[in-house]
Amino acid sequence: MNPDVEERTQEFLTHLDDGCLVEADHWMPEAYRAELVRLIRLHAVSEIMGTLPEKEWVPRAPTLYRKLALMAKVQDEAGHGQLLIRVAEDLMAPRGQNREHIMADLFAGRQKFHNVFHLPVPTWADAGLIGWLVDGAAIITQGMLLGGSYAPYTRALRRIVEEEAFHIQHGESICMALAEGTAGQRAMFQDALTRWWPALMMFFGPPEDGAARSAVPGAAHTSHQAANLRFRIRTKSNEELRQRYLSKYVPRIRSLGFVIPDPTLQQDSETKAWTYQQPDWDEWRAIIANHGPRSAARLNLRRTSYAEGQWVRDVMAGTRKAV
Amino acid sequence: MDADRYHLALTELLMQLADDDLVVATRAGEWLGLAPHLEEDVAFSSIAQDEMGHAATYFTLLATIHGGDRDDLAHLRPALARRNSVMLERPNGRGTYRDTPHFDWAYALARHFFYDTLEMARLDRLVQSAHRPLAEAAAKIRREERYHNQHHSMWLRDIARSGPDVGRRVELALDRAAADAVDLASAGPMAAEMETFGLLPDASHLTDDWRARVAQALDPLGWALPPLRGTLNGRHGEHTQDLTQLLQDLGEVYRSSPGASW
Repeated sequence: MNPDVEERTQEFLTHLDDGCLVEADHWMPEAYRAELVRLIRLHAVSEIMGTLPEKEWVPRAPTLYRKLALMAKVQDEAGHGQLLIRVAEDLMAPRGQNREHIMADLFAGRQKFHNVFHLPVPTWADAGLIGWLVDGAAIITQGMLLGGSYAPYTRALRRIVEEEAFHIQHGESICMALAEGTAGQRAMFQDALTRWWPALMMFFGPPEDGAARSAVPGAAHTSHQAANLRFRIRTKSNEELRQRYLSKYVPRIRSLGFVIPDPTLQQDSETKAWTYQQPDWDEWRAIIANHGPRSAARLNLRRTSYAEGQWVRDVMAGTRKAV
Repeated sequence: MDADRYHLALTELLMQLADDDLVVATRAGEWLGLAPHLEEDVAFSSIAQDEMGHAATYFTLLATIHGGDRDDLAHLRPALARRNSVMLERPNGRGTYRDTPHFDWAYALARHFFYDTLEMARLDRLVQSAHRPLAEAAAKIRREERYHNQHHSMWLRDIARSGPDVGRRVELALDRAAADAVDLASAGPMAAEMETFGLLPDASHLTDDWRARVAQALDPLGWALPPLRGTLNGRHGEHTQDLTQLLQDLGEVYRSSPGASW
């Protein structure tokens, strides 16, 4: 590394350690920029792809009120995608890139999105479960990221987290109606929970040590986590987040009389640490590499609609230039 | 008897309003996540939500007049009991929202432009309706509809400035929308009673008023209202298979467990 850059990088890190925040136009080490771009692109595209599983249920939502609420929820996800893609675009500008590059990478299989959005949503209970338990997981991750060092991202996150809190209420309300409903409605929710549990355990990513690392010796896939902790982009590890999630949601799910499909799941009475069945991390890697059950179909939805909308984006680009 | 005719005319009117909004909101909702770009996805979703909210308002009024539950009325009535315009039930394009959506944005714009123009013409009358709860609801709804009109006008203007190729898309879309719109600005078989009872004041001029408003918006852009066609009249309960399919989706969960709370 160029000695000058090395010195500036040391200064930057000291700055971070002092709790200082970074703005888009500040100098930053390329490694910091690269980690941010990677993380925020993943987040943005996950929001955008995350509109698709739930929107399948908007027309079929059982009441006018549920239709309206689900529309508003899906709209929020699109809005988060919009907010985040702009934060990513600012960071990508020095490379001469924008959202079109992100979409091109998505279609070419170079841009990942969260494992949960590759999965099927076969019943109304699945739609409710996403709102309650998937958004519940998301808010734990995002709440942690609020303490991050990159100010434009944390500002966007503050708004996103507020809206996510409503989503959880929306999802919980759907799930409560099913829990308090007929035997058929309860069975529908139990089936959805059984289906989604491994994906919920995968949501936070592999633990720093243990199953994931030993599965692929020498793999570098957890190094982003370490780098993000050093750069104070994130402040907690995957496993810390998963433990917090289990503490929050396991008691609630069990109090409703539903069975979590993991007979080994238990909390140590002294340390409060949860032990649980490790999900199949090879399956997780396959899913986020677009080999999940609905990966191809969802990408096809996005690709088809993006191609159909090209002329509209051209019109917008043209009028903007003209004005 | 006048009281019976009044009740029937009011029921018909509320069904037209409720069914129009429910069906157009459902089609607009199918665009969620699939609009041409992110900003428009958010904007168009707001419009879809407004229309769904208006449907809920009208179904609540209908339930009071007709009896029954508003969700039963929205989800369980068969196609032949529906009073929406045929134009509104047509799909967004080839494919479906669940599989390979070759949706046509120009058609979405054309259809919403026609429909929102009708809504303004109708709401300008409904704010004077003799049925007070309807007049009050209309005043509130009209405030939101103004934004819908601005949204579509902006798009039409931008497209009109973008050259003949793009303009041609919209001309074709206006023509396709007009192909099912013969019933759109009609108040149906009880239009005369609606006017006589003051439920929909000046119902007899609704079509002419709508045509004039459409022409006023299209003329400066160099477009004309294509001839209105259609062999089916939704105001009489005549519909296409597209509506049958849409209603199957709409009521799929609701019908699965009658009487359950959702």
